[in-house]
Amino acid sequence: MMKRDDCFRILARHVGDEAVVATYSSAVEWVGINPRPLNYLSIGAMGLDSSHGLGLALGRPNRRVIVLQGDGSLLMNLGSLVTIAAVAPKNLVHFVVQNNTYEANGGHPIPGTTVDFAGLAHAAGYAATYDFSNLDAFAQQAAHVIAQDGPVFATLRIEPSKPLTYDYPSLYDPAKREAFKAAFAAQS
Amino acid sequence: MTIAAAEVDAGARTLSGRGIITAIKASGIEYVLSVPDITTSSGLLQPIADEPEFRLIRVCKEDECIGIASGLSYCDKRALVLIQHTGFLYSLNAIRGIAVEFAQPICMMVGLLQHDPDVSPRESPRYGVRIIEPILDDMGIAHHLISLDSDVAKIRPAIDEAYRTSRPVVFLVGRSPS
Repeated sequence: MMKRDDCFRILARHVGDEAVVATYSSAVEWVGINPRPLNYLSIGAMGLDSSHGLGLALGRPNRRVIVLQGDGSLLMNLGSLVTIAAVAPKNLVHFVVQNNTYEANGGHPIPGTTVDFAGLAHAAGYAATYDFSNLDAFAQQAAHVIAQDGPVFATLRIEPSKPLTYDYPSLYDPAKREAFKAAFAAQS
Repeated sequence: MTIAAAEVDAGARTLSGRGIITAIKASGIEYVLSVPDITTSSGLLQPIADEPEFRLIRVCKEDECIGIASGLSYCDKRALVLIQHTGFLYSLNAIRGIAVEFAQPICMMVGLLQHDPDVSPRESPRYGVRIIEPILDDMGIAHHLISLDSDVAKIRPAIDEAYRTSRPVVFLVGRSPS
């Protein structure tokens, strides 16, 4: 089992001008590790991370988009796996961070703690799927995972982390949305 | 009323799907995001699906549309969400968070299922229809009833205004477009 912050530090080594879509615990931890204008954080409703990511990927097909979605969040929008697979954006990489809890809402378990999210994505029709529970294996393959033609899906199986501080006013600061839009447009 | 007058009156109470599509195109809409709705199925969604100028994205659940439209708006791409009023009600939390609180220009065209077009939606005997406009008013979302061909002229200015001000707008389709 891995730790989310270790995974994100590895990911950060390989992320350049990609847009990164993240919410809740993933957003807090990712922003702490890699604060940058190209982080898209204003999701607005739990579960829609993957849908925002699809919109960005459609709108800028020449840019890569990475989604860091929690398992509880994806469970609220499982249909998005089918939608994304049908649209088949080559520039979308979809991670689910699986700790089997609604971490931001008290750490309660998700309804099913043995869900095979990568299997669901494969069945939906993603171009490539991965399931990582070993940090060394993820470190070896991370660059390839985010660079290959998508839609790519990868599960990161992690253990619950230390309690996080959720500074929502900062995450949802309108200035961050403006900064994202400017940065995403500037490099198109 | 004479027969001729009745025919004139009946002729005036129509809604052309082609007219709506022309207005949508003129508004710069590139993407249509949709879950099928029987009110708009044959008169709007099918011709949109056949129209190469649009990119139709078929989604599984209506709130996906709100997220996708938001992502597209950050890319300066215009989208129209085409759903049923039941799907609109399902998506309210996404609309609250993304369209209203985060001030995104989410443009929605919402079919009023089984609505009598000669009755105001607020006076509909159908509870699900009757509550739509009051909900939109409470949320501060601009909305326009599209029941007649003469209503179609509202579409382009409202979409332009939504994108100019970065605010949502809803078009309530009160009659099945022909």
